[in-house]
Amino acid sequence: MSNLLIVLIDGINYAAWLFISAVGLTLIYGVMRVLNVAHASFYAFGCYVAVTLAGFWFSHNYPPHLSFFALFGASFVAGFIVGWILERFLLRYQYAKDEVVILLITYAVFLILDDVLKLIWGVDPYYASDPYELLGNFSVGEMIYPNYYLLMVGAALILGLGLTYMLKMTRSGKLLVSVIHDREISSAMGINVGRFFSLTFSFGCALAAIAGGITTPTISVVPGLGVDVIVLSFAVVVTGGLGSLPGTALAAIIMGVVRSFCVHYVPQLELFVIFSVMALVLVFRPRGLFSLAEARKI
Amino acid sequence: MFSKKLLATLVLGASFGTAQAQAPAAPAAPAAPAELRIGIVSFLSGPGAAPFGVPARNTAEMLADAFNNAKAPAPYNVKGFGGMPVKLVVIDEAGSPTNVVTEYRNLVQRDKVDIVIGYVSSGNCLAVAPIAEELKTLTLMYDCGSPRLFEESPKKYVFRAVNHATADSVGAALYIKAIKPNAKTYSGLNQNYAFGQDSWSDFQGAVKMVMPQLQEKTSQMPKLFAGQYSAEISSLLESKADVIHSSIWGGDMEAFILQAGPRGLFKQSSVILTGGEVSMFRLGTKIPEGTIIGSRGPYGVYAPKSALNDWYRSTVIDRYNAPPNLAAYQMAHTFMATKLAFEKALAANGGNKPNSDQIADAMRGMTYEGPGGIHKFNLSNGHQATAEMVYGRVKHVNGQIQLVDQKRFTPDQVMPPDGVKAADWMASKKQ
Amino acid sequence: MKLDKSLVVMLGLLVAIFAASPWIPQWILFIITLAGANGLVVLGLMLFMRLGLVSFGQALFFCAGAYTTGMLSLLLKVSDIILLMVASGIIAGLLAYLLGFLLAKYRAIFFGLLSLAFSMILYGVLVKSETLGSTDGFTVSGLTILGLVPDPTQMKIVLFGITIIVVMASLLFVNMVLKSPRGLLLTAIRDNEIRAEYMGASAKSTIHLIYVIAGVLSGFGGAIAAMVSGHIDPNMTFWTTSGEFVFIAILGGIGSVSAPFIGALIFGVIQTIAYGYSPNTWQMTIGICLIAVILVLPDGLWSLMAKMRKNSRV
Repeated sequence: MSNLLIVLIDGINYAAWLFISAVGLTLIYGVMRVLNVAHASFYAFGCYVAVTLAGFWFSHNYPPHLSFFALFGASFVAGFIVGWILERFLLRYQYAKDEVVILLITYAVFLILDDVLKLIWGVDPYYASDPYELLGNFSVGEMIYPNYYLLMVGAALILGLGLTYMLKMTRSGKLLVSVIHDREISSAMGINVGRFFSLTFSFGCALAAIAGGITTPTISVVPGLGVDVIVLSFAVVVTGGLGSLPGTALAAIIMGVVRSFCVHYVPQLELFVIFSVMALVLVFRPRGLFSLAEARKI
Repeated sequence: MFSKKLLATLVLGASFGTAQAQAPAAPAAPAAPAELRIGIVSFLSGPGAAPFGVPARNTAEMLADAFNNAKAPAPYNVKGFGGMPVKLVVIDEAGSPTNVVTEYRNLVQRDKVDIVIGYVSSGNCLAVAPIAEELKTLTLMYDCGSPRLFEESPKKYVFRAVNHATADSVGAALYIKAIKPNAKTYSGLNQNYAFGQDSWSDFQGAVKMVMPQLQEKTSQMPKLFAGQYSAEISSLLESKADVIHSSIWGGDMEAFILQAGPRGLFKQSSVILTGGEVSMFRLGTKIPEGTIIGSRGPYGVYAPKSALNDWYRSTVIDRYNAPPNLAAYQMAHTFMATKLAFEKALAANGGNKPNSDQIADAMRGMTYEGPGGIHKFNLSNGHQATAEMVYGRVKHVNGQIQLVDQKRFTPDQVMPPDGVKAADWMASKKQ
Repeated sequence: MKLDKSLVVMLGLLVAIFAASPWIPQWILFIITLAGANGLVVLGLMLFMRLGLVSFGQALFFCAGAYTTGMLSLLLKVSDIILLMVASGIIAGLLAYLLGFLLAKYRAIFFGLLSLAFSMILYGVLVKSETLGSTDGFTVSGLTILGLVPDPTQMKIVLFGITIIVVMASLLFVNMVLKSPRGLLLTAIRDNEIRAEYMGASAKSTIHLIYVIAGVLSGFGGAIAAMVSGHIDPNMTFWTTSGEFVFIAILGGIGSVSAPFIGALIFGVIQTIAYGYSPNTWQMTIGICLIAVILVLPDGLWSLMAKMRKNSRV
């Protein structure tokens, strides 16, 4: 029994990480129908910013408990600014193009940003594990877990619930939902679609960056960090249904728990479990678990 | 419309022009002052850059400069390579193996390099080796670990101046036998790709050979570059193994240490990190006490004391502000072995520039000294070198990390004998 | 069968290069052969793009072709390159036939993503397999042709020749397909699938057919790439390889059957220049080229040729 609990804890922890990493991607796609491959670079960017700030923070002996706000806040702001610049000067002029072409543009941006990050921070790995250790541990039976896991799950919950609240309850959120459903009519009704796109894209990139910032204390930041994250994020987002927040959450939970089972009981299958789940879901529900209703144009 | 077309044509024209410009320039160079062009292929981007590619390239550049200015101690004090100045052509090893093969061909056929030194990834080594044979170009693999390089088919122009990866695992098993002879169980955490899979099966074979009483508990094989190991760490904790073997490297290794340390994994089991030396100084005391660190040979802090080693270390630290790690040492050994063989061949050729066949003949079976001590090309018809293997344990002394309980194992203890495949050797022998 | 002027020019060019091959430097031959292999895969992608679909997993068949060649050569000791190539095409085509039943039901970006998922599953399977060398892969050697055993340099020229012949045959074949009633359907399905079905056409079976054709072409491409580079590894089915093919497709454009090969050649050149000129920032170089092409020439490089022809023909 305690074995099952351990598998679930590991699964939920991984699911929280998957969700945080993927939520920015699904938001941008849902609103703008742009599959942002540069999501990977923003994740890496968030990591680098967080690790640099952590180094600065701890070497200057600022209060360690505030470091979390500093790290996550810095990643968020940095991601937001760069995302805004990208949208304003490059993407804004490409919305008329085909989805795939925009995807290729974001892929090109990803390639460029990857090397820019390398030029700024070099190839050395950086780490900043103090925030991770600060929080201490909790134990389940004999197994020790760091409390940081709870922080990640908490962050995932706050993000998920916060975004859902924003979309459903606030006025801007409802305007955003109308933009999701039909750009033209929203524009005709007087909604400033361009501004929503701009804000959404920047926000989505900021989310990617903060995902990086949250993950940073647990890892060593190396070049090429984003590449593997992007593949997983895609898998999660597509399985859940592009543009659907509850879908992403459910897909993250399913994949996290299934993967955890695999690691504990059948480690050999771990390599393709994520993509097999994705393929399986797509076979039975071609648009993902929860997908946005789309009118077909005759 | 007109300007777009013009712009595009200009861009295309420029790219074609530069491609053309590169080609004719290359053949002209060797005709000018006789210089020796050596291609260096090393990871300059991606996760392999910081632990392997960049330190190796730095060592190559440092040594090329030192040799060209005759600043190295004996027996490397001859200017250049036997009087010929050395020019390095450095390219990135990143990209798919097809890219790597294309770039190797470009190095040899377009850029007309005389010798190629490179390749960390075993996949790239195995892809490039047949091409080296086809193009009859002396090629030295400075880091890649796969024993398959020479086992699959004999080679004439390909050499490896350092141990292959089997030595890491056998050395690890021997070390456990020496310091923890009462251990009963073991588990593994290796990245799920060729190197990790091979390292794990090598360790399994080594255990059967050296400590057959050890029982295997679990083998965790996370994806390469996974970064998140919570489930794997839980599984390893549950297995309560006495020993954990891991060939994990780079950012993955650091992430694993940072995630597993606070959870007590290193207290519960003796963790072996066969390539741990790379992160030793950066992570410092974050690596828990008792961790067993390998350096893939007598490299880094395991190097035996010698004037050559002192010179090498101090020069690298002066120039790059960081001590040379195992990849740097491997490159140093390969580079130095090449210089010695070249000079030997030059002398045998009456002072004229030797060709690849002659240098290969000189290198076959050679014994040479590098900063890590004496290495001998005594396997696979004189193409594969062997060296001793060293392991030690971490201890925190005055807030610094030190490696104590060091044990050295001779080359024939850790490398298979000539003509025997590594896997067969481990299956048959009992030490 | 009427041939476009551009197609005739392209065929003529290929014959000329073939004739000149003994005088072309080896490293250029290698790049052109690889461009031919990549171009075959992209030819399949071009057919999909005419349908309005993008296959992000085409590398699956490329890899399947390569591994078929490798395994036949390694396990069954088949060494004749023509036999290997035909077998690779057949196996890849068969795989495409089977997968097509599932994939023909998907449209837009889901088609691409599901094909991506399958290609990554194959990747997982190959990495898992230690007998096939996992990520190290294995080498292909000892190739013969029609019973003759040329030395490696001559073999490269022979492979080059075979590639040119296969490319020419594919160009003619695909051109024929595109001019046939089925081929004209492609654009119709892309524009409005429901109306096309009202006319009595079956979108699903057309997509299935194109999937098989693209699969066979990719299989040929994989076989050629395996034989000319001599090495096969799971990276051939990784998503970045599929990404490269899509990149080439956009670079070349879909305006003509020759476009994929021009795109593949230019991509090969760009890659080599990027590696050579900026070993520390080659990714950025390729990214900038991609953006430049998309912004300046949204219909790919082929549109440049089309515009020049139009302008000259006043």
